[in-house]
Amino acid sequence: MAFVFTDPFETLVNFQRALDQLRDSSWLDAGPSGHGVFPPLNVFRKGHDVVVVAEVPGVKKSDLRIEAKSRTFRIAGTRTVAPQGTASAHRRERRGGSFDRTITLPIEIDADGVKAECRDGILALYLPRAERDRPRAIAID
Amino acid sequence: MADQSLQVQEKKELVPKGEKTFPARYYVPVTDIYETEDALTVVMEVPGVDRNDIEVKVENDQLSIEARIDFSKYEGMEPLHTEYNVGHFARTFALSQVIDQQQIGASLEDGVLTLRLKKVQKAQPRQITIQ
Repeated sequence: MAFVFTDPFETLVNFQRALDQLRDSSWLDAGPSGHGVFPPLNVFRKGHDVVVVAEVPGVKKSDLRIEAKSRTFRIAGTRTVAPQGTASAHRRERRGGSFDRTITLPIEIDADGVKAECRDGILALYLPRAERDRPRAIAID
Repeated sequence: MADQSLQVQEKKELVPKGEKTFPARYYVPVTDIYETEDALTVVMEVPGVDRNDIEVKVENDQLSIEARIDFSKYEGMEPLHTEYNVGHFARTFALSQVIDQQQIGASLEDGVLTLRLKKVQKAQPRQITIQ
């Protein structure tokens, strides 16, 4: 039988994190999948549309992949923390690695109208609300 | 593998030694420091900061970096869900004497600030050849 060693603390921390996320917010819940769920996201509303902002310092545009479909969008990417050759490291606080997160929104988005902007280490996703999903004003006869 | 995925990095709020004169949230930017034979390289993450809003100062052997966020970009946006806080960045390092304070290079790319602090000539190891 194959025996895979997993760090029990790592497992516990991940589990705790998953629980915390579940408890913290009901907004972005029921995300179908993802691994390395970070960087964290902020979600704003601008008029009818939704703007998702994430801090991704050191992630190149070419290393980011964004997909959108009806209610879900996906952000995946890799951050490379460049090793400095022969240099000795005094401090290593930056973390590299890959991440992948899929999020389900409570509104339907127009996938064709999604705009993504990445500047100065900030990724901004403009997710326009689908026309058919917008609230209609009902005139009273 | 667990170590391949990007781990969460909680933003640490700065506890300043001297109080700021205006109220604002400051965070400690995540920093890597490398040393080579002739220079120290400081790599700092300051996402969302424009290059004109970064202040790098060397005074009394202290390297202080302050990077300010332009909050006007967030105007007219109503937060629905937040997982991180937004604020300015500030951090101070005590420099050893070996830094040539006149030769400090800085560059900003994708929200990552790289400072190159050259060591003073005499601090560099020198090979002495025996005649």
